[in-house]
Amino acid sequence: MRYKSGVTLLYLTIDGIEKSFKNEKKESIKVLDKINIEVEKGSFVSIVGPSGCGKSTLLYLIAGLDKADKGEIRVAGKKVVKPGPERVVVFQEAGLFPWLTVLENVTYGLKLKKMPKEEAKAKALDILKMVHLSRYVDSYPHQLSGGMKQRVAIARALVMEPDILLMDEPFSALDEQTRMVLHKELLEIWRKTKVTIFFVTHNIREAVQLSEKIIVFATRPGKIKETISVPSMKDGVMPDSVTLHTEQRVLSILQEEIEKVLKEEMGNDYSFKTNHIHRDDSGDMGSHI
Amino acid sequence: MIAGIWEVTSRLSSLPDFMFPSLTQVLETLFKGLMSGQITEAIGKSLGRILIGFMIAIIVGLILGYFIWRFKLVEDTLGFVVTALQSIPSIVWFPLAIIWFGLNDFSILFIVTIGATWTMTVNATSGFRNVPQLYQRVAKTYGSTGFHFLRTVILPASVPQIISGLRIAWAFSWRALMAGELLGGGGGLGQLLEMGRSLGQMDLVISVMIIIAIIGTIVDNVVFSRLERNVQLKWGVK
Repeated sequence: MRYKSGVTLLYLTIDGIEKSFKNEKKESIKVLDKINIEVEKGSFVSIVGPSGCGKSTLLYLIAGLDKADKGEIRVAGKKVVKPGPERVVVFQEAGLFPWLTVLENVTYGLKLKKMPKEEAKAKALDILKMVHLSRYVDSYPHQLSGGMKQRVAIARALVMEPDILLMDEPFSALDEQTRMVLHKELLEIWRKTKVTIFFVTHNIREAVQLSEKIIVFATRPGKIKETISVPSMKDGVMPDSVTLHTEQRVLSILQEEIEKVLKEEMGNDYSFKTNHIHRDDSGDMGSHI
Repeated sequence: MIAGIWEVTSRLSSLPDFMFPSLTQVLETLFKGLMSGQITEAIGKSLGRILIGFMIAIIVGLILGYFIWRFKLVEDTLGFVVTALQSIPSIVWFPLAIIWFGLNDFSILFIVTIGATWTMTVNATSGFRNVPQLYQRVAKTYGSTGFHFLRTVILPASVPQIISGLRIAWAFSWRALMAGELLGGGGGLGQLLEMGRSLGQMDLVISVMIIIAIIGTIVDNVVFSRLERNVQLKWGVK
């Protein structure tokens, strides 16, 4: 941990990150360009952006699963050089090991840390209770529903008591109802554990409902377009008008980017009517209250 | 039905008994052979050989598979050779084995092992290669590396494919074993066949054939099918 300018505790610092990939024609395509992000300890930050904007790539870089061409990432003062249990990832697919039970999946990382068996088990059971899966401790992953699998994945990550929890569109493969329940639970977990969360999503509503700060990404190359603070209420329930207002703000920033992507993909005959975007989830407004 | 036709044709045919024995005669020889220990001893000897050969093949196959999967250079060189070697029936190695090791147990063991090794290698390689990227990423973020990564992710994740490899490898080495024993002697079911032939005892030959079929079926249906089913149940795949 280190203090910068004496006051704020900077926990995750992303400093001048650049990353390029080679496409099929061996041309170098820049996916991330001069990314600078600073995240405080215990905060919940979301990254939203059109698909292909490099937001998942950035998350992989923080996880240490991939290497940047330029720049430096530090988490809790330590420079990221390789993957490690202090920066665990919850992926879009739960990625549970099918040959292990739920409990064995959750204790996988603890065993690696050489934690005594009994202690690891007790800890895992505690966390599984927090995600309401005490009854499924000895089940195998295929016996669980998609939402339950994702809960196990979250439990497996939290049990490591990571410096930062990286989430890569963790709920996008789930149905709407399950997603809403898991949103609520993730917020509860976040308040309880005070873990720093870095959340990647393409779902604006999700980002607004969950996070304190939203970083909107521009695409090709991916760079930060704007950072928005989400107004929050202490008891966790925000009035719809506030949520909606923030959502619209994010959307209007994103629109230009979405238009750019569509134009690139479909050519100039694509006409984009900015005020008539169909949003099929608008009927659910407030149903989470 | 088949038993009936066999019994009747055997009794009515003009061929002498030693060439085309009746079913009852075969069963009698089989029973006697089992009782006297002649057949049981041969079974023991054959199974012992194949178990040793099979174990070596599994270990060598997994190790070679690992190197082919892990290193591009090995894949381009050895990987190609293994595919070529796999297409050689293992009994073809026998003349070489005899020159290298002599006409003994070791030569038979050699071709049994060779018969299973390449198939194991090929299956292990493709098993390792097909381990989902997601599992590998998950394990790495939890800090798994080196041998731990291999033991807790790569190996278990490729178990289904390794089992189907075992099954084919078993079939190959079982055939190689019989051929080897038939030609090389040194006891075992294959040699018993050869003995039956030279003594003109077709009832013994057929008895041994029945035993070979029974063992083959038991291993395939009981051992490998059960293994496969257990894994499928646990993983929830159909």
